[in-house]
Amino acid sequence: MNITRRRLLVLLPAAAIAWKHILAGTPEASPNYKLTEHWWGMLVDVTKCIGCGNCVRACQTENDVPDGYYRTWVERYHLEGWAFQNPKVDSPDGGKNGFPPGNQSGGKNFFVPKLCNHCVESPCTQVCPVGATFVTPDGVVLIDQKYCLGCRYCVQACPYGCRFIHPQKETAEKCTLCYHRITKGLTTACCESCPTGARQLADLKDPKDPIHEFLRTHSIQVLKPYMATNSKVFYNGLDGSVR
Amino acid sequence: MRLAAVFLVGTLLFLLARGFLVPRSFGQYGHYRGNAIAEIAARPVAFAGHQTCETCHSDVLELKQKGRHARVNCEACHGALAKHAEDPVSVKPAKLQAAVLCARCHEANIAKPKQFPQVVPAEHSGGAACDMCHQPHSPALDSGKRK
Amino acid sequence: MPLVDGFMYPNEVELQWSVLIVLYPYLTGLVAGAFILASLERVFRVEAVKPTYRLALLTALAFLLVAPLPLQLHLGHPERSLEMYLTPHRSSAMAMFGFVYLWYLMAVLVVEIWLDYRRDIVLMSQSSRGWKRLIYRVLTLGSDNISERALQIDERVGWLVTVIGIPSAFLLHGYVGFIFGSVKANPWWSTPLMPVVFLFSAMVSGIAAVMCLYMFLNWLRRVPIDMRCVDTVARYLFYTFIIDFSLEMLDLIHRIYEADESFRSLDFMVHTRLFTSQVLIQILAGTVLPIALLALTQVLKLPEAARKSIYSVAGLLTLIGIFAMRWNVVIGGQLFSKSFLGYTTYKMGFVTREGLLMAIFLSILPLLILGVLVKLLPPWSEKGAMPEPQPPA
Repeated sequence: MNITRRRLLVLLPAAAIAWKHILAGTPEASPNYKLTEHWWGMLVDVTKCIGCGNCVRACQTENDVPDGYYRTWVERYHLEGWAFQNPKVDSPDGGKNGFPPGNQSGGKNFFVPKLCNHCVESPCTQVCPVGATFVTPDGVVLIDQKYCLGCRYCVQACPYGCRFIHPQKETAEKCTLCYHRITKGLTTACCESCPTGARQLADLKDPKDPIHEFLRTHSIQVLKPYMATNSKVFYNGLDGSVR
Repeated sequence: MRLAAVFLVGTLLFLLARGFLVPRSFGQYGHYRGNAIAEIAARPVAFAGHQTCETCHSDVLELKQKGRHARVNCEACHGALAKHAEDPVSVKPAKLQAAVLCARCHEANIAKPKQFPQVVPAEHSGGAACDMCHQPHSPALDSGKRK
Repeated sequence: MPLVDGFMYPNEVELQWSVLIVLYPYLTGLVAGAFILASLERVFRVEAVKPTYRLALLTALAFLLVAPLPLQLHLGHPERSLEMYLTPHRSSAMAMFGFVYLWYLMAVLVVEIWLDYRRDIVLMSQSSRGWKRLIYRVLTLGSDNISERALQIDERVGWLVTVIGIPSAFLLHGYVGFIFGSVKANPWWSTPLMPVVFLFSAMVSGIAAVMCLYMFLNWLRRVPIDMRCVDTVARYLFYTFIIDFSLEMLDLIHRIYEADESFRSLDFMVHTRLFTSQVLIQILAGTVLPIALLALTQVLKLPEAARKSIYSVAGLLTLIGIFAMRWNVVIGGQLFSKSFLGYTTYKMGFVTREGLLMAIFLSILPLLILGVLVKLLPPWSEKGAMPEPQPPA
């Protein structure tokens, strides 16, 4: 890669200005971001996931996730024959460093990335005794770290196991859909670093977002639909054996 | 009665205290502190995002767009580089280890989609580093520039 | 034994609610149970249990005062716990419970105790000396009126408070059951039977506790035990236990029959990780055995000494069994994965903030407080004999 010094001198100020714009401000302060114009979700394409673990590592870097806890993780499924109800599942360190090739034998095998589903009727929000976890007007379930008591009721109430208690902060924590990024026009850290496009951020209120077409033309699933949480993380190619 | 008076006074004191103790922005959007939204959104970013990288490194972009890694974002391999974007001269990205990095995606694994290019590294190159034959930004063998 | 067997979601491996959260429903259960026993005399006019009336109330108070402590110790940020009263989230059972607890403590228990003891408090404020006198003076709330009319008003209001108190006690512990029973994410907890099972097991534990305490304290004071009283209490324990056992069996049979998605995983858990605490301690030693022992006393005419021994043993086994039941609900509900593909292990610390030593201390503390209360507000008259039943209002 060759950047001449002259080119750099021209590009740097432009880059600096662009960067400042990205770093600038909060939703209210930034005139470009209106809470009511967005309704965030995510599309996960299981058929494209290669279990590289980029997303898990990127999330840890972006959000200072402590070791041993996971805001997002990848599971590997192995099914023998038609034994739908008996999958063999593993997730070594959440899939952070990929998956060992292991004993490669037949059957059906695939990866499933998981994260907070940012449910519209989220059970975690329902049970929080003080209002420390909440759904924002733009559809993201967040945690107010300054208000959380650490009672752990929300961790019990989440059917998907996506919440944990931060060992140092002693408050609840989980995927924030990289709220600090998406409100600045960036995509989430996991989507940015996914090499195959298996994870894609979706704005359900944006008519130009490709998710609308995708949802219309594919068979789409959500995790544990019978929990009726109205989850906004949509899966393509999710096998029936996925727990 | 005395008891009733004690209870009444207690309740009044509590309601008075509540006025001081509940945070001002509470209830602004719902049953939570409205300021929390802005606080959470104000967190600094660690990944610059590929559009920022492409502002300076358009030559790499050109090369990438022709090959199979066109949709692989810069930081997927190079790691979080917002600090480098902020100060490109003093903050340099780390050198990458091809063997480890390439294997993460391309080492053969039964759970990976069949059509995804994957090899058993020992059988494929007999121990040679991946970037001896493949240019990472455009990995096809005949794409020209390589180490 | 490895920490995890099979697969668990990565964030599920560590248990969230510790032995302190097992202790908490146990303590509030004792409160509700003791209060129901007290109300048997006050509202339902079961004269025979009158000797245990004041003791039951003081027991309830002692345990209710300690009950928030395990919760505070368990919180990540106990200094923020006032938020539950400042900005309670109305959809949260836990938040609403804060008010139920406060209501029960202040509007029911404290009021009832104060009303029942008021005459004695006034008398003791006049007859005692030193710092004790000061305490009693404060407790009188400034009123010295113990005329016949005033006492009659006390009696009436006290009766009313008890009548409100019974559904309040039901609410107090039923609510704890609801906190668990309403969590749809956890099939071990999620059942409409949970509040009812919790309530009846609370009544069983409360009645057993008061019975044991009464017998123990009288033995300590070398005062004869009123057998008519204890026989009646044991009889109520027996009836309540039958109902409690039936409810738990109903839940079990229902689960086995319906055999839904979670059943195989839960069944395996009960047969392995939870076998000792559920089958051996809770069901066999803590329920079947005490019921059998109590049944013996109901069916056969046994001499007083035999009855006393059986009541003591049955009472203690009951208390252990109900603690095991809380353990199996709280800890058991966290041992299996919500993927139904794996199990984890509970690593209970010893000297940690939420460890065994703390749990033991918090179990003994109410007994110490009860000791102080018994000295301050004696549930028996000076002579050491049983207090005379009050004349009917």
